[in-house]
Formats: sequence, structure tokens, C-alpha cells
Amino acid sequence: MDNLSLFISIPAAVAFFIPIASHRFKWFPDVSASVTTFILLLLSLMTLNHETVYRMGNWPASYGIVFVLDGFSCMMLIIVNLICFLAALFSVDYIEKFYTSKLRYYSLLLLVVTGMNGTILTGDIFNLFIFLEVALIASYTLVGFGCSSRNLEASFKYLAINLLASYFILLAIALLYGKFASLNMAVLSQLMKVNPVDNIMVFAFVLLFVGFGIKAAMVPFHGWVADAYTSAPAPVSAILAGGIIKALGIYVLMRFVYNIFGMNYLISTIFIYAGAMSIVVGVLMALGQWNFKRLLAYHSISQMGYIVLAFGIGTPLAILGGIFHILNHSLFKPLLFLNAGSVEYETGKRNLNNMGSLSKKMPVTAVSSLIASFSISGIPPFSGFWSKFLIIVAAIQADKPVFALWAVIGSILTLASFSKIQRYVFFGKGKYFKDEVISEVKEVPYLMRVSMIVLAIFCSFAGFLLLGGLNGIFGPAVNALAGGTDLYITRILGR
Amino acid sequence: MIYTLCFILFVIGLYGVVCKKNIVKIILGFLIMEYSINLFLILLGWRKQGFVPVVENLAGVENLVAQSVDPLPQAMVLISIILGLGILSLMVSIAIRLYQRYGTFDITEMNKLKN
Repeated sequence: MDNLSLFISIPAAVAFFIPIASHRFKWFPDVSASVTTFILLLLSLMTLNHETVYRMGNWPASYGIVFVLDGFSCMMLIIVNLICFLAALFSVDYIEKFYTSKLRYYSLLLLVVTGMNGTILTGDIFNLFIFLEVALIASYTLVGFGCSSRNLEASFKYLAINLLASYFILLAIALLYGKFASLNMAVLSQLMKVNPVDNIMVFAFVLLFVGFGIKAAMVPFHGWVADAYTSAPAPVSAILAGGIIKALGIYVLMRFVYNIFGMNYLISTIFIYAGAMSIVVGVLMALGQWNFKRLLAYHSISQMGYIVLAFGIGTPLAILGGIFHILNHSLFKPLLFLNAGSVEYETGKRNLNNMGSLSKKMPVTAVSSLIASFSISGIPPFSGFWSKFLIIVAAIQADKPVFALWAVIGSILTLASFSKIQRYVFFGKGKYFKDEVISEVKEVPYLMRVSMIVLAIFCSFAGFLLLGGLNGIFGPAVNALAGGTDLYITRILGR
Repeated sequence: MIYTLCFILFVIGLYGVVCKKNIVKIILGFLIMEYSINLFLILLGWRKQGFVPVVENLAGVENLVAQSVDPLPQAMVLISIILGLGILSLMVSIAIRLYQRYGTFDITEMNKLKN
């Protein structure tokens, strides 16, 4: 699997082919989107344990655009394509019921996939900006897809905040180009090691930190998260939570910090404090929510806090915990959003007070949401426990016991708010719940069930992926970051 | 000096985006920000009395690096203008739809999400 450009060309081609073909074949959007994302998932699984550099048009790495596949980008590719495949499966019935234009929906979805894959693979900062914008423009439209006043309002808010971030990033790219006269990440990294730190580099780093911090939903910059996630269709919320804030936010930020600028004490401290703040602020805001999806959205902020904290600590064990938590968060949070979507599909409600006793009528949804809740709150056999455990152990080993305690407190508060969901939606009754509503409710259609069951199985057994520790399946990914700038430069430039 | 003027333009755009309440003014703020960055990129490659980076005979090669303008920022600005056009059309269409729904361009009155 050396031709990395397939990850961009396949979804982009299908995205533009869907509007042409679906006038003749009504089934085309559903089938093509699911099949395309499945092929991409298989391709990304084939890249496992591969390391390669793809040069566009065979230009040498320092002049042309390169696509870099190392352990970390391989892991992110698998995560993103898995979530997009399951979301595409889930969309088949969900979009049919709530929205009208399937062909536009699937085209935009595949463009989001294109943008995310491109952002993950590229080794050129301006190319990164282009793919970022491709993914974001498509996702602005998907958030406002219903065209009700709330959707449009959320879409404009999401657009305004993220566009600001994009322009900060573009300004930073311009500054870096003005200083170093190169756009290639490895060349930049090499030049940064030679040149002493000056004001332009600090200013560019601050702009990049704010820009990608906004996209990664870190706490001072989290304003758009709740509205965008709440208003988007459920599969799109799943992709936003499982793909976009990871691939466009935290992944790129970590690339810049570890592989280009190089980690130092100051950056590490900033990340640790931002992460710790995100953990508690997110979960405290979630506790008071009564809207199902809004509650889940605030939890996203909190879980991203764990990831940022782990990468801030920066020891190999912490990086392992962070990468594993990225994987876990991409499993349980989309699952919970899909559960919220299924509940909405059957009852048409989002407020926790109006729901109740769904566990008898919707057993698959109830059990999978129970598994996801256990996983996100860190109950032992489920996957979320292992990543949080690793992060806490790493915090203690790095002599930061306060942050370990902080992470435990965040986890307990998470458990509290998820027991609220289980109590009001599935096992108990809400305040304004009426019994006659429940009689027509039945389990959701087959395909929606499949995607929830697959995610629930992953949530239960993902802990086994940790077998082998730092030499196991996450080894190459941890190496790619822990190797710092030197490894990255050698990989791309070969010297 | 001229870079500072670019930066001032960027900050004016930022002010428009952050402080104005009218959606149209916010969109104009975004445009000003985008143009200021484009201008900055162009100025990075610009050189006083530089020539186009095209060499017609081999004698010009030595002067190329020393005297020609940098062509790469111009390519970047082209792409950035195209992306800006896509964003602009999306922003304006959302603004029109919002006006149809709320009957106003004032973002402080668009607060259905909070309730």
C-alpha cells in the first residue's frame, strides 16, 4: 500500500460522481458512500506497520508536496475511516427519515473524508491548510444541513469561530514561509533546529496554538462545540467528535509540537494546564445539561482534555495513553451520538426530561449506550479505563500527582453525568414523560443497529490492543512522536 | 514597515469579526482579514525592481535567485483566493437564510439555541 494519494483521490472522485449518477439510480448515494468508506477502511488497515513517503509527481521531498505515512498517521487514518464508514452506514436510514437531499449529504460527507485523510497524510504546511479548509467547508454545510433556524445559527457560529482559526493558521504559515522560505514540514523542522528562537517563531507558534486549539476544542476556545454538535445530524456529530476535532485539531497540533517545533518545558506546561482545565470545565458544564446531544458535546471537551494532558506530559507512556485515548474517544463518543440519534429517530425527542423506559423497547441501543457509558467513565474491563489508567500512571511517574488526582476527579464526574443519561433515558423516567408515547417505539432499523453493535464490541474489547505495551500495535505511533524532530527529518529527507 | 501595515489591516478585520453585531459586517471583517494575509504573502515574495522568474537564456540563471521575485507565494495566494471565494459564498448564503428566518442581521437577536 504505497500509493497514498488513493486516500484523497477515491473519496473526492466519488463525491463529485454522486450528484451525476444519482439522478438515474436512486440507490447510488447510499451504496457508493458506504462502499467507498469501506474500501478506504480496508486500505488504511493495509497501511498498518508500513512507513513510507509518497512524493507527488516525483518531485524531491524538499521541493514538492509529500505525503508521509508513519505510525501516528496510520493510526489516525484507521480511526477516521472506521468512524466515517460506520457513520455512513448509520446515515442510510437516519437521513431518509429527517432530511431530504441524500445526494448532497453523501457528497459533502465524502469531501469531509477527503479533507481529513489529506490533513493526516500531508507533509507540507500549505497543503495542510487546503485540506483543512476542504474538510471544514463541507462540515459547515453539514452542520447546517437541516436549514432550520437553529441549524443555520449553529452553522454560522461554527463557521465564524473556525474561520478565524483558519486565518490565524494561514497567517502563521505565511510567517513561517517568510522566515524560512520553505513549506515542507521536515525542512522547516531542520531549519528551526539551526536557527535560534526569535519573535517570529514564537508569534507563529502562538497563532498555530490558538488556531488548532480552537479546532481541537481546548477549553479557552471551546465555544463552538456544543452548538455545532447539537444541531448537526447524529452521524455528522459522530464524525465531528470522532474525526474532525482529532484529525484537524489535536493530530496536527501534535505534529507541529513534537515533529516541527520540538517539545520543551514551556510548551509542555501550557498543554498540561490547558488539558487539566478542559477536563473539569467540560464535565462541569455537561453535568447541568438536559439536552442529550449537548451533554455529549460538553463531554467531548472533557475527554479532549485527557488527550491534551497526556501529550503535554510527553513521556512515551503518556503518549501511548494519549494515542489510545484518541482511539477510545473515537469509539465511545460516536457510539453515544449514534445512540442519541437512534433515540431521536424513534421518539423524535432530545430533552432528557421527555424520555424514559426505553431499555425494554430498544435493547440494542440501551445495551450499547450502557457499554459506551461504562467505557467513557473508565469502568475497568472496558476500553476507556485502560487509556485513562495509562494517563494517570504516566502523570504520577512524571512527578505530577496533582494532575493524576485531577484526572480521577474528572472521571468520577463523568460517571455521575452518564448515570444521569442511563437513569432518565433508558432505565428510569423523565419528569415530563408520558406512558402512551412509548407504545409505538420499536428498535431502530437493521443498518443502524449494525453500526452501533460494531462500535460497542470495539469499546468492550479495545483494551486487548494494549497487549505488548510500547512494543505492541501502538509502538510505531508512539515512536513517531517520541522520536521528536530527528526521526521525522530522517524519515522524509533521508539524512 | 509595510509588513506592519498588513498586520494593522489584519487587526482591523479581527476587530470587525469580534466586535460587530451585524452579520454583514462580520463577513466584511473576514474578507479584510483574508485580503491582509494575501497581501502579506504577496509582499513576502515581492522585491524592489525584481523581475519575473523566467529565464530565457542560460546567462540569466545567476541573477535568478538574487534578483527575481518569488513565484511560490503567488501560487499560494491564488489558492487562498479560491478557498476564500468558497467560504464567502457559503457565508453569504447562510446569512441570507438567517435573514429569512429571523428577519434581522443582528446576531445578538439570534439566540434560539440558548433557550
